[in-house]
Amino acid sequence: MSIVTVQLGQCGNQIGFEVFDALFSDSHCPQGLCSKRENEAYQASCKERFFSEEENGVPIARAVLVDMEPKVINQTLSKAAHSGRWKYDQHSCFCQKQGSGNNWAYGYSVHGPRHKESIMDLIQKEVEKCDSLSGFFIIMSMAGGTGSGLGAFVTQNLQDQYSNSLKMNQIIWPYGTGEVIVQNYNSILTLSHLYRSSDALLVHENDAIHKICAKLMNIKQISFRDINQVLAHQLGSVFQPTYSGEGSWHYRRNPLGAFKDPALYTSWLEPVHAFSVWKTQRAFSKYEKSAALVSNSQFLVKPLDVTVGKAWNMFASKAYIHQYTKFGIEEEDFLDSFTLLEQVIASYCNL
Amino acid sequence: MTQSVVVQVGQCGNQIGCCFWDLALREHAAVNQKAVYDEAISSFFRNVDTRVADGGGDISRGKICSLKARAVLIDMEEGVVNEILQGPLRDVFDSKQLITDISGSGNNWAVGHKVFGSLYQEEILEKLRKSAEHCDCLQCFFIIHSMGGGTGSGLGTFLLKVLEDEFPEVYRFVTSVYPSGEDDVITSPYNSILAMKELNEHADCVLPIDNQSLFDIISKLNLMVNSGKLGTAIKPKSLVTSSAGAFKKRQEKPFDAMNNIVANLLLNLTSSARFEGSLNMDLNEISMNLVPFPQLHYLVSSLTPLYTLADVNIPPRRLDQMFSDAFSKDHQLIQADPKHSLYLACALMVRGNVQISDLRRNIERLKPSLQFVSWNQEGWKTSLCSVPPVGHSHSLLALANNTCVKPTFIELKARFMRLYKKKAHLHHYLQIEGMEESCFTEAMASLSTLIEEYNQLDATKCMPTEDVPRLSVAI
Repeated sequence: MSIVTVQLGQCGNQIGFEVFDALFSDSHCPQGLCSKRENEAYQASCKERFFSEEENGVPIARAVLVDMEPKVINQTLSKAAHSGRWKYDQHSCFCQKQGSGNNWAYGYSVHGPRHKESIMDLIQKEVEKCDSLSGFFIIMSMAGGTGSGLGAFVTQNLQDQYSNSLKMNQIIWPYGTGEVIVQNYNSILTLSHLYRSSDALLVHENDAIHKICAKLMNIKQISFRDINQVLAHQLGSVFQPTYSGEGSWHYRRNPLGAFKDPALYTSWLEPVHAFSVWKTQRAFSKYEKSAALVSNSQFLVKPLDVTVGKAWNMFASKAYIHQYTKFGIEEEDFLDSFTLLEQVIASYCNL
Repeated sequence: MTQSVVVQVGQCGNQIGCCFWDLALREHAAVNQKAVYDEAISSFFRNVDTRVADGGGDISRGKICSLKARAVLIDMEEGVVNEILQGPLRDVFDSKQLITDISGSGNNWAVGHKVFGSLYQEEILEKLRKSAEHCDCLQCFFIIHSMGGGTGSGLGTFLLKVLEDEFPEVYRFVTSVYPSGEDDVITSPYNSILAMKELNEHADCVLPIDNQSLFDIISKLNLMVNSGKLGTAIKPKSLVTSSAGAFKKRQEKPFDAMNNIVANLLLNLTSSARFEGSLNMDLNEISMNLVPFPQLHYLVSSLTPLYTLADVNIPPRRLDQMFSDAFSKDHQLIQADPKHSLYLACALMVRGNVQISDLRRNIERLKPSLQFVSWNQEGWKTSLCSVPPVGHSHSLLALANNTCVKPTFIELKARFMRLYKKKAHLHHYLQIEGMEESCFTEAMASLSTLIEEYNQLDATKCMPTEDVPRLSVAI
């Protein structure tokens, strides 16, 4: 059961690298704190899920790298290759020369249609390499132009082309104060579109991870590398194989399978389904015991509400709108997005 | 990776341009030790095989053979351009990418814009097309000129319309040197106002600079260098005004120090697009984030640090000082006080060994003392580039879209009115074919409208920020 990862934009690619690195390190960790047989089963399952095997033994990540300018992808490819332990497939990259300029409209309406065929072809090739496909894991940020706009476009296309496979989007919520000035516009456009086409949205806030680095890990000068590594560690522990319902030696639980309902909104849940516990004997990445909690709760309402509020204030003054209408995203599209998100917020508040 | 083409117009434009290319070579030489022609260097330079006649084709990878600047040099007098072509940088410029004349524009915008504009329109188009053809993916034109004279001001702004028509998808970033109060060209207010209308209508982004600010920075530095105690400890290459270690060992000319500051501005502006970093910022992101409304595209810039001390035992407090300095009047490249005006948007472009936590800490620290417009309270755009400028371990360029540009425009308007009321020197302009009084009144109206936009924004400064009522939806 394999997962194909699509990494989009600078953020998506930088994080993607750390995720694969964390997954690889964990699976090759000698201290499984469990029996040898168990460890081997675990390793085999993990490798199958995220890596395909090459002749000379270097595992290749099951990933498609997409960016609209070349610097980050080049760096990502070479970092992986230099590690010597695993690498990306050089041909599974799609790159252009000029970025999306932090413009969701450019990513969605210009780059999307223009490069749809090439990108979907690359994804198809990765899918064909899998014996059986669990689904897709799409890593993107909401603040910029490529991850957010092109990410939304690609997710929509995955919905159309692979309607039976599951799609989980890892979205990065930007710092509250400024990475990108139009980040709130880009975020609401992304969320409203993903809501319609993704099966699950896994959200990480830069602010929250930053606090983890500062308070829990005591890092003095926090870099994006630190932040990405914490994130990768969290993701790794969510994705690692666990026991399925049947017998002990079958690592088959599909992490994507749990999120069959639209993750942002469920009307009600039976108590027995509300909290799923997956256990594994095998330790994750040298930690003796670790727990990862993935929840669908009202925690997300506050950041969503704040972001919608800021975007609305800016929209009321019409600031920056000309940058979006230039590429085909009209005021109406903004209003649609606002309406949808207000409904989501209201629904969560009503629970 | 994209490329940019620099178009330097007039005496000022070409002198600044010359300093820019010199420092650009120095920067790339410091980063690119193996002399391999890479994507970073291709953003501003072509790699040409000089053994082949007529320059031959461009070599897109491999060892550097001969670097040619992606530049077009335009001047209606020959002196400055000739000097460049006979100087140490002569091999860096493609001798076919020049347009010169002999008589000059006589400090008359109309001569530059109308006379030379129509005379050289075809040739200008041809050279621009050629430079675009040499680019794999042309993203931006950087125009460098002054506002107060005739060529830079008149022909430089004529160029903007040509670029807009011929290359509508390529950005037009204009570095404009505004005349200071004691400018010795009497007609500089006329030239500037006539040029402003063109900048309003055809530029994507304008970086206004004034000589007085540059001069003040130099005076401050001279004071430090000569003060004895601190003076000996400054690393010479690190002075924002210096050409030390530069490609050419040229005689330092009087405006060199000031021009180097502007050259450094342009290098820092493009660093995150050329070099790697953990949070990249491309040139198209500058316009996207800093221009909320098409006409409000004037960005106030400030550079820090202006020098580095040679003493390596400087405590890390220096890093935070760099951020504070960026918001002080002394570091602005135009006479302006952003701290006491209203911010529409602000970009911080950091280079060197600075991480996201340093950036965040300083934004949190400085935010309370700055006023942002109500609909953009967190209007910060940030970038982190790993490669520092030559001679520094880190640097910061702050670009602000702030109402503090208003006084400069108001002052310019006042100087214009003093002349115009008396019709002083007007005949020099009106005798040029295509010039009428309406050109003046329209230019004036354009500026007045701009000033009024800033006024309206300023009026919101002291009002309490109220949230706009949200959409209410049925569930």
